[in-house]
Parts: sequence; structure tokens; C-alpha cells
Amino acid sequence: MTNLTTGGRFDDIEAGLAHLGATAPAGLATATLVATGLADAYASAPSPLGHLFIAWNARGVSAVTLAGDPDDFEARHRRETGRIAHRATALPEPLAKAIARRIGGDRRVPVSLDLRGRGEFERQVWMKALEIPPGEVRPYGWIAAEIGRPKAVRAVGTALGHNPVPLIVPCHRVVRSDGTIGQYSLGGPGNKRTILAAEGLDPDDLEAQARAGVRLVGSGTTHIVCHPTCRNARRIQARHRVPFRSLGAATRAGFRACRVCRPAAGLTAA
Amino acid sequence: MSGQAVFWVVMDDTRLRRALARDVDAAFPLLLTAHQDRIYTIALRILADRADAEEATQDAFVRAYRALMDYPPERIEGLSLRPWLATIVLNACRNRRRRASDRRPPVRLGPLLEAGFDPGDPAPSIESIGEWRGEVEAWEGRLGTLSRNQRTAIVLHHVDGLSYPEIAGVLGQPEGTVKANVHRGLRRLREQLEAEGAQRREEMTA
Repeated sequence: MTNLTTGGRFDDIEAGLAHLGATAPAGLATATLVATGLADAYASAPSPLGHLFIAWNARGVSAVTLAGDPDDFEARHRRETGRIAHRATALPEPLAKAIARRIGGDRRVPVSLDLRGRGEFERQVWMKALEIPPGEVRPYGWIAAEIGRPKAVRAVGTALGHNPVPLIVPCHRVVRSDGTIGQYSLGGPGNKRTILAAEGLDPDDLEAQARAGVRLVGSGTTHIVCHPTCRNARRIQARHRVPFRSLGAATRAGFRACRVCRPAAGLTAA
Repeated sequence: MSGQAVFWVVMDDTRLRRALARDVDAAFPLLLTAHQDRIYTIALRILADRADAEEATQDAFVRAYRALMDYPPERIEGLSLRPWLATIVLNACRNRRRRASDRRPPVRLGPLLEAGFDPGDPAPSIESIGEWRGEVEAWEGRLGTLSRNQRTAIVLHHVDGLSYPEIAGVLGQPEGTVKANVHRGLRRLREQLEAEGAQRREEMTA
């Protein structure tokens, strides 16, 4: 009977087998870290504002910014998330499509976000901004009121300025409480106007209304009062349109707040 | 991947376990660096397909990561990393094979290489040296003649270097069964080599 411990009879075979070790392909470790969310990949993608750098990992999209110097981007990403961003040639096809549709205003496409390490307040602000439909805007104070921090208007502005995933979290749809378009983290206010215009709004008209003291618009037939860009407000015919400077003024006139855009008290024209 | 290259220190398993028990996120890249070549080797020798092996390896490490995130530190400290990862990659290979068999017929690399097809291995490895590539190809072909059980046992014992008790644990089989499979496999490989030798002699005298 042959010896089960092989006793030299299979030496050549064992030696051959021992040399079958292979080296893992170069990108495997990186891909695996991205697949666990311990590192991110990023690639450049087109947008109406020019090329973007978009970073992602298995948990979701973690950064959107205007494309610039890759080294600067990688250093900043590392600083802000603690994770290394590895340059990839392109976004995975499904992600690229989903983001393009989201940026194009289709909110039904799910895009997961990786917002680990960000503050609870900031996340609440960003999640609330996600509720604003394309082609509509809300003031900072509306977000503050909606998340139960009506006095934190300034902090809301700061949180939106830190939005790591602009365009996907539409901070461009949040304007100053005085009705002016306000600042924008993705390349400045000019870009904010460009995207709002792409979504069908007229930024100049918005600011003109704001200058005229119009914060809310009511319908003389339904006695419901809305933000001027709310889809319900835009259905009001010109002859039934009643402008208001504040919710208080509207309430006193016998109007009630729209249940869709939920205008908040305290948003008053100066 | 622009910017700075990252060099991870290769750690032994005792230190790795301790590091993982302390902080999975921080230590997982070290586990990956220390074990990726052997886990990829197991997958490659079982699946005989680079792309499938790469995916199975990635699957395996992602599952390992998720498991580690769920384990309490004491459990991580008690893990035998080598057989544990082998168990996970074998499962990943099984899933991959199941899916692959629905998808397409097996493609053998040999004829494609002869036809001038470049498999495009980006990693410099012993296999990229011409002579060795032929040798490795030959061994891949020989392993392909083994039964699944023999092949798995041989790869784990003679390619990866796991002990019989470790393999018994990995496969959930009695040690005697593992030994018998390894032995039968070696005998089958011996027959193969002899048949190849006989064929060469025939060709030389023809």
C-alpha cells in the first residue's frame, strides 16, 4: 500500500504545484477597498457646468466637485473623508446614468450617498434639500423651520456651503431668505443661476419679485398661499394671484399655507 | 491612480488579528495586502480563469470585511486567518461557478494563447516569463483533469500550503477524506505526467 504522506514518490509533482502561486492583478486591492467603502474611486464626468470630479465607493457617491487638479482633489478628499481617492478611467455605467438623470431633474432615480463622518445637523439639512423639486426654490429659513431649528438659518447656509455632493443634493435650490439667489459652492453664484435656469426658472424674475417684497403667493380662489416657485403657485392665474410679504400677512388675510411647499412663519420681507 | 503610491507593511497573522480586533477599518487594508496573492491563487487554480478569479477574490474580501464588521473583537482575535479566508474564497468560487455555468461555456485559455491572444496580465509575475507560462499552463491543464474534490484538496495543501487539519476544517470533511483526495489527486497527476512523457517520446521517434 502506498504511503499517504507520499514519501518522496511525488516530489516532482509537489514541487511543480508549489510553483503555481500567482500575483493578484494590480488593481485588485484598490477595487476591493472601494467595494468595502474603505477607499473611494473618482472619475471625471460631464455636466452642464463643465467637467466634474465624482467620487464614489460601494456605499454611495461621496463627492462632487468641478474638475480641477487631480492632486488637489485627492488631497482635499483625504482631508475631508479620511479616505484615499483613486483615479478611475470612468464612472461605472449605471452610476453615470443615474447621476446624469438626477442632474437632469429626475428624482425617481435612486443615487446612494456616502456621507459618513459628516455632522448630524449637516445631514438633516442636505436630506431636506433633497425634497425640493427641480425648478423650485426654497429659502434657507424654510429648511431651518422644516428640520425643527427655525433659528439656525445661518447654520443652514453654512451646511449647504459644505454640501459634498452638490447637484445630487440640490443646494442650488435653496436661496437666501430675502429672495436673492445667494452663494453657491460649485463655482459661485453664476453657476447657481445657470442650473436654476436649466431647470426652467428665471433667476432674474425671482430676484425682481423678491425686490418687490414678494415672499409668498396666494390664490384668490383657493385661499392657499405658497412659495412663488411651488408647482401649486405656478398654476395660479395672473388675475387670481395675491402676493404676500410673509405667512403672517397671508394668514391675517384668511389664507392658509400650502401643504406641498409648507411656507413657514417668520420668513418676512424686511 | 495618480498621486502618491501607498506601501502597506506586510504583517504576520498574529499582529493582523490583533490589529483587526482593535479596528477593522484601519487594519483591513493590511489583511488585503498580506493575503491577496494567496487568495487570488486559490481562486485562479480552482476556477482556471483570471477574470473569474479576480472577481471571486474581490467577493471573498468584501464578505470577509462584512463578517469582521459583525464579529466582536474576541472572535476576531480567535480567528485562524489563513483557513478562514480560504473557506470564504472557496464559497465565492462556488457561487461564481454556479453563475458562470448559467452564463457561458468554459473557455480554455490555451488555444487562445496559441492563436496570439494576449491575456494582458498587468501584474509582473513569474508567469509572464515565457518558459514558466508554458509550465504553468501545463499544470493548469493537469489540474483540470482532477475531480473537484481532488483539485480543491490539492490546491489547498500543495499550492497554498494549508495543513490537513486546517483543510478538513475548511471543507468540513474528515481529515482522512482530505488525505485520500490529495493522494488520489497526486496519483492522477503522476499518470498525467507519465502519459505526457510517453507522448513526447512517441513524437520524437515518429
